[in-house]
Amino acid sequence: MTLSSQTKNLLKVHQQVNVNIEPNAGWRDLPIGGVIPQAGTATQFATGDWRTIRPVWSKEKCINCHRCWLYCPDMSWISENGQIQGVDLTYCKGCGICANVCPAKVHAIEMHPEDNFKDDEVVKEG
Amino acid sequence: MALPDLAKKPQRFTGGHRACAGCGFPVTIKIILQAAENPVVVGCATGCMEVTSTIYPYTAWRCSFIHTAFENAAATMSGVEAAYRSLKRQGKIDKDIDFIAFGGDGGTYDIGLQALSGAMERGHKLVYVCYNNQGYMNTGIQRSSATPRGANTTTTPAGTHLPGKPQYPKDLTAIMAAHGIPYAAQASMSHWNDLYRKAQKAFAVDGPAFLNVLSTCRLGWATAPEDTVDVAEGAVQCNVWPLFEVENGKWKLTFKPKKPLPVADWMKQQGRFKHLFQSDNTELLESIQRQVDEDWQRLLELCGE
Ligand SMILES: Cc1ncc(C[n+]2csc(CCOP(=O)(O)OP(=O)(O)O)c2C)c(N)n1
Ligand code: SF4
Ligand code: SF4
Ligand code: SF4
Ligand SMILES: [Mg+2]
Repeated sequence: MTLSSQTKNLLKVHQQVNVNIEPNAGWRDLPIGGVIPQAGTATQFATGDWRTIRPVWSKEKCINCHRCWLYCPDMSWISENGQIQGVDLTYCKGCGICANVCPAKVHAIEMHPEDNFKDDEVVKEG
Repeated sequence: MALPDLAKKPQRFTGGHRACAGCGFPVTIKIILQAAENPVVVGCATGCMEVTSTIYPYTAWRCSFIHTAFENAAATMSGVEAAYRSLKRQGKIDKDIDFIAFGGDGGTYDIGLQALSGAMERGHKLVYVCYNNQGYMNTGIQRSSATPRGANTTTTPAGTHLPGKPQYPKDLTAIMAAHGIPYAAQASMSHWNDLYRKAQKAFAVDGPAFLNVLSTCRLGWATAPEDTVDVAEGAVQCNVWPLFEVENGKWKLTFKPKKPLPVADWMKQQGRFKHLFQSDNTELLESIQRQVDEDWQRLLELCGE
């Protein structure tokens, strides 16, 4: 059976997010009712390429209040054992909320245009 | 609870959802889910939250999730909760599970109101959360009965005939409290501690609970994405969105602004009210302020302040 490139792409996406479908599957093999049998598959969808500005974190200035962690709509701030570790740009859409809610006196986050990071390989994410 | 400790709990809503940059409701979800101690089953009405978080085959939910139609999140979750109680009675489930229904303001104040009223009246043990962004945002910013007076929307376009929406929003939190449910509260994504505590109470009561949570839509409110938390905070600080709870019939204010801001200050932060400041609308602005003041006085009395 030959698969259209669209179907092939769909299968690739399903495999990526662990929705169990046979390699030769057609539309009849999709889960009925659009059920997504795995939880949290959106983690496979990097929204970081929406970003035009990027948060830059200063570890030295940070007082670990976690306001950035709380108010980031895209779950981008990494906290381990109650300590902020920095920002993971995979999903960061560059809204700038984190820089805004970081206490004014602390100012541990600054937003910079993505262009400044052109040569930075992190930009390739997303 | 301190924030660094809150961050130690596993998160049940992930990145990779497709809400606009700077959208408010993912924060509302985060705070409420962090407050749940048990496994949760979420039902969500059609609207921005559901559409952006469950684009097949992707889902940002790390818990059981049911997409319902626009109007029936409360009915769907009533059925799920009833089935759970039956299975528990039969000894087929022993776990404690929390049930949450999320609906936008359109799905709650308007088209889902009878399903919600029924679920509350029947006494299902579920938490209904209205993530209130004051308009039908997913279909391109139409007015709802939660939209503030004077707001520009595509169905109340500001122009020579109309200075934005002519009506005041209805007080849904009071309507839900009038159902005599054990817990109803109004909260804002900007006041996380208040919202977290209210969510804990909502999960703890033995019966239905209702939370009305102001959640900025920076697209529909025409605000800068980085101002999402500030604008929600402004609504609280000018008494447009007071924070209170009604626990077993007892009304209680949970936050009192030190010196309430003029409502016009909050409106000036948002493009949806821009037209009101481009020509003389003194009379309209004054009557909006008067209404907010009157509502606030009534609330103070109800809360015995
Ligand atoms: C019965 C029905 N009517 C209309 C629609 C189209 N529709 C989808 S989302 C939506 C608006 C949702 O508004 P709200 O509940 O406030 O959620 P928001 O998108 O603002 O988050 C509408 C009208 C629908 N899905 N079902
Ligand atoms: S810019 Fe926005 S999306 Fe990016 S980390 Fe900050 S709050 Fe999160
Ligand atoms: S908001 Fe600022 S100070 Fe607080 S944890 Fe984040 S970076 Fe550190
Ligand atoms: S339109 Fe508004 S509510 Fe919908 S995703 Fe965008 S900011 Fe959020
Ligand atoms: Mg809405």
